[in-house]
Amino acid sequence: MTRVRTVLLPPALAIVFAALLCAVALLISGDSPLTALRVMITQVGEGTTAIDILNSGAIYYIAGLAVAIGFQMKLFNIGIEGQYRLAACVAAIVGGALVLPPVLHTIVILLVAMVVGAAWAGIAALLKAFRGVSEVISTIMLNFLATGLIAFLIRPDSFGLLRGNNISTDPIEPSGQFPGVSFGSSGTLFGMVALAALLGLGYAFLLNRTRFGFELRASGESETAATAGGVNARRMTIIALLMSGAVAGLVGLPELLGRDFAYTLTSPQGYGFTGIAVALLGRNHPFGIALGALLWAFLDKSALALDNVGVPREIVLIMQGSVVLSVVIAYEIVRRYELAAEQRRVAAQLRAASATPAEEVRA
Amino acid sequence: MAGTDTGTDAEYAVELAGITKRFPGVVANSDIHLRVRRGEVHALCGENGAGKSTLMKILYGMQHPDEGTITVGGREVRFRSPSDAIKAGIGMVHQHFMLADNLTVLENVVLGAEALHGIGAKARKRVAELSRTVGLDVGHDVLVERLGVADRQRVEILKVLYRGARTVILDEPTAVLVPQEVEELFETVRSMRAEGFTFLFISHKLDEVRAIADSITVIRRGTSVGTADPHTVTTRQLAEMMVGSELPTPQTGDSTVTDREVLVVSGLELPGEAGGRPLLAGVDLVVRAGEVLGIAGVEGNGQTELVETIMGMRRASAGTISLAGRDISRASTLERREAGIGYIPEDRTRHGLLATQPLWANRMLGHQSRPPVSRGGPLGLLDPAAARRDTERIVREFDVRTPGVDVPAAALSGGNQQKLVVGRELSGDPVLLIASHPTRGVDVGAQAGIWAELRRARAAGLAVLLISADLDELIGLSDTIRVMLRGRLVADADPATVTPEELGSAMTGATEHPGAAPGPPPDPEPDPEPDDDAGGGRHRAADGGNGTSAPTGGSTP
Repeated sequence: MTRVRTVLLPPALAIVFAALLCAVALLISGDSPLTALRVMITQVGEGTTAIDILNSGAIYYIAGLAVAIGFQMKLFNIGIEGQYRLAACVAAIVGGALVLPPVLHTIVILLVAMVVGAAWAGIAALLKAFRGVSEVISTIMLNFLATGLIAFLIRPDSFGLLRGNNISTDPIEPSGQFPGVSFGSSGTLFGMVALAALLGLGYAFLLNRTRFGFELRASGESETAATAGGVNARRMTIIALLMSGAVAGLVGLPELLGRDFAYTLTSPQGYGFTGIAVALLGRNHPFGIALGALLWAFLDKSALALDNVGVPREIVLIMQGSVVLSVVIAYEIVRRYELAAEQRRVAAQLRAASATPAEEVRA
Repeated sequence: MAGTDTGTDAEYAVELAGITKRFPGVVANSDIHLRVRRGEVHALCGENGAGKSTLMKILYGMQHPDEGTITVGGREVRFRSPSDAIKAGIGMVHQHFMLADNLTVLENVVLGAEALHGIGAKARKRVAELSRTVGLDVGHDVLVERLGVADRQRVEILKVLYRGARTVILDEPTAVLVPQEVEELFETVRSMRAEGFTFLFISHKLDEVRAIADSITVIRRGTSVGTADPHTVTTRQLAEMMVGSELPTPQTGDSTVTDREVLVVSGLELPGEAGGRPLLAGVDLVVRAGEVLGIAGVEGNGQTELVETIMGMRRASAGTISLAGRDISRASTLERREAGIGYIPEDRTRHGLLATQPLWANRMLGHQSRPPVSRGGPLGLLDPAAARRDTERIVREFDVRTPGVDVPAAALSGGNQQKLVVGRELSGDPVLLIASHPTRGVDVGAQAGIWAELRRARAAGLAVLLISADLDELIGLSDTIRVMLRGRLVADADPATVTPEELGSAMTGATEHPGAAPGPPPDPEPDPEPDDDAGGGRHRAADGGNGTSAPTGGSTP
């Protein structure tokens, strides 16, 4: 029961607090918070919004998982952004160039994306493990490098095509696409939503049931204790960043294989940073990240309706920002409180158990 | 100075009455009474976790009592912060020194108290005067990093005197000193007492307390259980007041040493950082099955490095380590653990436990590749249910006081954490146990339990490498003692004949063969021993606590 309180209380508190903050902001700007909330909620039922939320949520979820793998070991992979964009770009080029039977074609594209993502993160991993370069700095730098590299790769002189006034890669044949589930006028659910869910299950299993997951958590909790326990910290750093990068490589693929079929100059950006927020919201817990991703997607997609009632949709940015901040603070407060409560509880039980000092000594 | 010395006619320098402090998870103070006469050395005794430190923090203004009154020099006071306490003439020398290594003695003393005498000639003059009082005879412009432990301690005392303290709290001042240095400290304390300073001496080393104190207050489980006169009370009586029952002793009983060599280390070298003195130089040692090899040494002479090198956490630059005939010099830490090394690290919170993880997850640390924790297989599947069951076994067999195996390790007291670590490291049939300060910071009850486990492990044929700063523990448990100094094993001692005094000399490099060539006969009284536990007087206790006992150790039945 305590567990449940520890896990659920902070995000609930944080969301309430963030909502209140937004309400105040709306009131100050002369809008009705209740109207805004009603419009946002009714928007979910309109058009393709519900499916859009799920589709975006899946993307955010994958990005959140990629960040969380690093977080488990206290590694801050800010480079998800660069890793997924470069991975999507290279995967689109390879996928567009290859002719393979269905399924196999898709699998090859997925693998290429993962390898590219891992390789890009691997640069930061090696720098960190062998040169002590902070992964925060190196992954930020690699994000810029990725932008430049992508621009080079999709030039018409390299692998790109000029289509209208947009540049894109060769389109991927239907054999390489990831089929979705059509809901008619409500939109099409990306097939990779299921893959995202599987990734979440895999993440939970890896973390809780395997030696690797244990060593990852142990290293994150206390590097010195992990080392004394026979965990090779350098190896764990490299593997954790490689895995984070590999998962990051998949972030761009739901849209690439389910909607766009080519990487273009205007392919979406920013999912890497959303992933960081979502992982923070979900406290690296596979289920928590899913909730965080869906909340984020809901805010993003329903915000579109706010313009219709004259409420600035930037209010959602306030909501997103404040919810992350308050979640982080709320977790820390609840964590400290719980630890103190736990110590009190243990001490109280022991006092009750060993009433006489004589018992204390007889060991 | 006189200005801060309020109410000179009051009989008591400090009076604490009915002090109560409630805390989550630790022993609180409840209704503690303590009266310290002006110009005396008053000892405060109690085992680890009895509430001594909390009480002193209250007196020093770092904590605020929930109930009770503090009276200084006859006037009731209420300290909001240490600076209030300093103004009232109370100073505290912490167990862990709070000095800036890269500043000089003078700078350290004046730092933060510039308002008193400035930072120029006046300050220098004042520091020079007080240096004589505290017996510090190094230059004032020497960097603190070049000072030894004893001199650093004097700088700490100097610091509180400079701030006008007339009552000085010494928190476990001898924990870091070797016996000879302890005696020098006591000389200083006595001469300062003659000058009218009052001391509150916190310790759980009863021989020292009896040697230095004019009166003693004992606290147990957070409350004061009584006062004692050091001239009439025996060490055993004191210890029993502290513990509330009979005392444990670290004795090994009959020798179980075999001729089967389990750990053989030869020519081990570990270079120092940035070309400094090597951390380990030509270390050779053998531990046989059923043998406890004790390593004595002042901390920082390479014991930590030796252990970490044997564990594979540091890479030796030369030399070999073999375990049960197999060369493990190149093996990883995990491979060494799998080969049968159990490791009780010296700092359990840093190296032994994952504080926020539940006990059963802590059971897996170091065992993540072996049953019962691991099911094996290419994925390295874990078996949390089995880990849980085995943790329950450890909790039962090693008497870990916990409501269950799901509480985080940080919720347990130090002694129970350590019992969990010992239980874990003795799991999985190790052939060698490395125990670094296995009873540091644990209460007497847990200490007795851990000693019993070490003895049982030895009797079961384990080879044990024991590193300890507690010379009684070392002498009592070891079959062989080697002395480590500046990264070398410089001397051997026979625990059957050596005294802590002799061992202390060898640790500082004063004599080469403490066992073979006994030093001068120990001073009958006072006789400060570097014990590190509540039962400090247990050997002496056997002959009535007169302090002139025969050499102690494993030979005592």
